[in-house]
Amino acid sequence: MLAKRIIPCLDIKDGKTVKGINFVNFRDAGDPVELGAQYSRDGADELVYLDITASHEGRKTFTELVKKVAANINIPFTVGGEINELTDVDRLLSAGADKVSINSSALRNPDLIEQIAKNFGSQVCVVAIDANLEEGMWRCYLNGGRIPTEKDLFTWAAEAESLGAGEILFTSMTHDGVKEGYADDTLAQLAGSLHIPVIASGGAGKKEHFRDTFINGKSDAALAASVFHFGEIGIRELKDYLAAEGINVRK
Amino acid sequence: MDIAIVKYNAGNIYSVDYALKRLGIEPVITADPELLCKADKVIFPGVGHAGSTMNHLKEHKLDELIRNLKQPVLGICLGMQLMCRYSEEGETDCLGIFDTDVKLFIPQKHEDKVPHMGWNALTQVNSALFTEDQENQFVYFVHSYYVPVNEYTAATTGYIQPFSAALHKDNFYATQFHPEKSGRVGEAILKNFLNL
Repeated sequence: MLAKRIIPCLDIKDGKTVKGINFVNFRDAGDPVELGAQYSRDGADELVYLDITASHEGRKTFTELVKKVAANINIPFTVGGEINELTDVDRLLSAGADKVSINSSALRNPDLIEQIAKNFGSQVCVVAIDANLEEGMWRCYLNGGRIPTEKDLFTWAAEAESLGAGEILFTSMTHDGVKEGYADDTLAQLAGSLHIPVIASGGAGKKEHFRDTFINGKSDAALAASVFHFGEIGIRELKDYLAAEGINVRK
Repeated sequence: MDIAIVKYNAGNIYSVDYALKRLGIEPVITADPELLCKADKVIFPGVGHAGSTMNHLKEHKLDELIRNLKQPVLGICLGMQLMCRYSEEGETDCLGIFDTDVKLFIPQKHEDKVPHMGWNALTQVNSALFTEDQENQFVYFVHSYYVPVNEYTAATTGYIQPFSAALHKDNFYATQFHPEKSGRVGEAILKNFLNL
């Protein structure tokens, strides 16, 4: 049976991880390769590296980082941020990334999903959606949650799937940072309406939240950043807990 | 030890290169018949479409060459599927090393998503590629087509139905999963192959 996945997300700026971490015996807390390798040793199933540098120089640095991650880490990893056209995808996959995550660029230019699926296969194309619950509508946002659109989460996710997205990474802006659990009702509704895997994001604060999103939210994978970076939850203890709760995880 | 990786028009070849380098091996990535024939071991990886890659192999006469290799050969993912007789993907006649067909996964219920992507367990391991303690260990899969269980099956995995996670016949070994992306379990399997 396919295992439920735990995915730590690392925000990268100028080649360094942005958020601090509390790991002991760590040579360089800001080194994304070292941090990714540690997560991998602890039992992370995949990694996501998100480039939040918005400059030409930063892009070059990020590509170099992707090469280093590919050389050093033996689990799959996804990269995102500043992927606007097929040449960006080609550059990152050639550097060794397994998948790319596109967000605003897909909303602005949905054809990009189709182009990626045609050229590299659906399995490399993760469509990330940031949405906020507003008067009963899950409104999709651009530019890291800064610019609202008229698109609704369910409509956009279904469109992305039909264009060839391989996975949907849904971040609930309503739940993000609150640490009171993932948007499980909405995730379950999304899982019921799509035929591709759904990755839950936004809201993880304790181990129970991961169990809940796998059981109640029907999520295929759960992504989190700060609870892992700040050492609030260890991936190994999380996996032990989930296994004891009867969830099929890789150990 | 000389390890050659078959170079052709499939993706993801470099991740195998990286994985071998992590094990201290410097493989050569080549389509040169001489280098492929004289290597101690040959790895035939790949992610892509069966039809277009088979055409490329035929055009470059790599089909005959791979079929006639005498040293241990390891096919990975699409590499494994191309080593079979026929693939439903693009209705493609493949290399025919394993006399079996490659079929498209047909979902039986809503939760059956295609491609089969993620970590799944190895069961009934029975080849020199595996050690007994790898039974029930998780490895990483990404594929929409599968090889049914047959006389060459060297490990099975369950998704929609049991299928071949690995194949073995004479000097030919193959895995549907990606050992190069399967953490320490995958590394151990690659080492087993290198030690054959």
